[in-house]
Amino acid sequence: MKKTILVLSALSLFAILIASCKKMLPPAPKDEEILAGTIPDLTPEQEKEHLIGDASFARIFSKEEGLGPVFVQSSCSNCHVGNGKGNPSTELTRFAHVNGSIIDYLADKGGPQLQQNAVIGYTAETFPSEANVFSKRIAPIVMGLGYIAALNDQAILNNADPNDVDADGISGRPNYVNPTNFFVPLAIHTPNNGQYLGRFGKKAEKVTLQDQVVFALKQDIGITSYFDTQDLYNAQLGNYTGDDVADPEVSSGFVNGLVFYLRTLKAPPRRNANDPDVVAGEKLFNQIGCVSCHVSSFTTPASDIVALSNQTFHPYSDFLIHDMGQALDDGYPEGNASGAEWRTPPLWGIGLAKDSQGGKLFLLHDGRAGSFKEAIAFHGGEAAGRRTAFNALTEQEKESLIKFLESL
Amino acid sequence: MKIFTLNYKVLLIIFIQFYSTLSFAQKDSVFLKRTVPDSSKLNMNLDAVYNRPFLQMGKFPVALGGYMEVNTNYSGTDGISEGFSFQFRRLTMFMSSTMAKKIKFLSELEFEDGTKEINIEFAAVDVEFHPLLNLRGGIVMNPIGAFNQNHDGPKWNFVERPVSATQLLPATWSNAGFGLHGKLYQANWVLAYETYLTNGFDESIVSNTAGKTFLPASKQNKDRFEESFNGEPMFTGKLAVKRRRIGEIGISYMGGVYNKYQMDGVIVDKKRKLDVFAVDINSTIPYLNTTLIGEFAWVSVDVPAASVQNYGRRQQGGYLDVIQPLVKRKMFGWEKATLNLAFRTEYVDWNIGTFETTGDKIYEHIVGITPGISFLPTAQTVFRLNYRYQWQRDILGNPAVRTAAIQFGLSSYF
Repeated sequence: MKKTILVLSALSLFAILIASCKKMLPPAPKDEEILAGTIPDLTPEQEKEHLIGDASFARIFSKEEGLGPVFVQSSCSNCHVGNGKGNPSTELTRFAHVNGSIIDYLADKGGPQLQQNAVIGYTAETFPSEANVFSKRIAPIVMGLGYIAALNDQAILNNADPNDVDADGISGRPNYVNPTNFFVPLAIHTPNNGQYLGRFGKKAEKVTLQDQVVFALKQDIGITSYFDTQDLYNAQLGNYTGDDVADPEVSSGFVNGLVFYLRTLKAPPRRNANDPDVVAGEKLFNQIGCVSCHVSSFTTPASDIVALSNQTFHPYSDFLIHDMGQALDDGYPEGNASGAEWRTPPLWGIGLAKDSQGGKLFLLHDGRAGSFKEAIAFHGGEAAGRRTAFNALTEQEKESLIKFLESL
Repeated sequence: MKIFTLNYKVLLIIFIQFYSTLSFAQKDSVFLKRTVPDSSKLNMNLDAVYNRPFLQMGKFPVALGGYMEVNTNYSGTDGISEGFSFQFRRLTMFMSSTMAKKIKFLSELEFEDGTKEINIEFAAVDVEFHPLLNLRGGIVMNPIGAFNQNHDGPKWNFVERPVSATQLLPATWSNAGFGLHGKLYQANWVLAYETYLTNGFDESIVSNTAGKTFLPASKQNKDRFEESFNGEPMFTGKLAVKRRRIGEIGISYMGGVYNKYQMDGVIVDKKRKLDVFAVDINSTIPYLNTTLIGEFAWVSVDVPAASVQNYGRRQQGGYLDVIQPLVKRKMFGWEKATLNLAFRTEYVDWNIGTFETTGDKIYEHIVGITPGISFLPTAQTVFRLNYRYQWQRDILGNPAVRTAAIQFGLSSYF
């Protein structure tokens, strides 16, 4: 009898354990606290394609798979940790030789980007002696890029005011760049003397996400793709440092899978949007004119991904380039953007930046600012007036404005 | 490759035939002899390969044995679960024979995850010249820490192997080589040593798809049983001391050059070294009968300066298992059945250091705990119910990814 009770007790305990299995697993973080997930209303097929792209994004390349031989990082997700803003430990450096208006990106000497790491047995790249301008950058957040990619050129150009006609001190202008040889213009693109409007990259130097992905695969990871089959040049070895892996090292499908992943990552979520301090901070953000560049809302036109069609989103950027003053002038021009000109970085997701940057804030293009106040203090040029206006706020007002930024 | 596969098939057939014969022979206990490890001896960790139950049939010169492990797995990471799975972890078969006085052979053939991995983990001849001087040659398990040599499922109270033993140290890590081992007995004490020269690691430890310095990456190099990657033998040595009724402590070292520093006689790189130190303990607290089993390892790798900082130059990690017998008596017809409470804590840091750019600490570590219950109807069979919870932080130290698993497993010698 005793034994039967024991067996029955053990079986009951086991049954209870099985029933409570799910509750014993770690719960999912709140949706608004993470930078992951897809845009709403994707089809099951699109969700699957997103997951394939997600795996490609996290793929760590090895020497045998074509990594490098010189490279910055071995995976997309090493720089874009958790899809969020990067950390200076994975920064990249672009270089060039600038002589007046003549810019040489030193392509025949390993330019435009330094690959400071190398696979075992190879020599890492160092700056060629001719380089005289250098631009350090940390990785941007990659959430919500599909909305930006879907925008009509005109939607961006609507905010351009290159001659500051409205005399508000802000003269955002488009960065027209030469298209890549694999660029296929869509209805949203409007040519301008053979050039196209850049909207991705720190200086809006990339027209499409595909341009960005192909460039990053090669310049950051040393991976040749169907769209760019030539391996990286390493001046240290005096020749192309082609590895033993047949080029292209990844297919067009791989590249486009990554592009699809980026297009279908959801927009960064808001938190505490109705908090009175946050609401007050947003009002101040608008009042002192931050919103002139950090434009809050856009609406997409029809898109081949239906879920991206006719969607209003809130990036807090105008995707135009602005003169940010001497403190942020790295002397490195790209396209029509000068050293001091930077694309307005979208502020969405900035409230979660710490969670992808190792618990600390690294703001601005190179992570030099450790706080929102410090980042604002670096605003010069066109933004100098806004900086002054921020400095004139009371401490409480400043805190409200920062709370608003933290809610993004 | 085909011949390789066929050889395993032949071995499998031998095993099946042997065990079929046993099934008929089971009525004749004189004909069939089961060799159970002698627990009265001062067995040490280095004896683990022979300290297993074997079956011998009559005067058949070969003794066979083995074990299998199967478990259920229900796990999830931060709210995402892949659901419930059954996992057949491994089937391991031993074959041993004594060819002549003081000359014996043992091999261990392992099938992991079905037939996804088939490995000869151990296949060596031991020649005893003196208790203090034994020569071993063949495929040997490098005596680094304790787990690598003493990893049989039925000996452990947890479904999962320790992370530090498999993801920091590369258990089961075996190589072709030769070595000496021996023991010195003194009353209740025994001192043991092991030294081996074997083939070693290769460059995959700092260039792999794990994206971190990862010793287990070298396990993919099957050529290591045939040829050294760089022509430099690797040294492994261990010293251990055991006191009857108290326990055993061991210190071990494994190291050597891991990179190909010359090609066709041309020097292409400097010699890059890998050093591993480990300490292991195995002790039972008197009166309480609480068993403590643990090991801790420190790894140092000369990573090329041009490597990304994801590849750590220093690593460390270990585990501690605490096993508390609750009931030891006749249960369900088994004379010496035991019910244990078990608790494991473990930790691995794959990258100790700071970032050159920011000076901030590099993380890339994991911490885990596993409470569990184990039931041993006999010393050869163990049922385990585990709840495992781990926190893993990325290289930057962002909020930890939490994973939990509920596992029920069975492991048994046969």
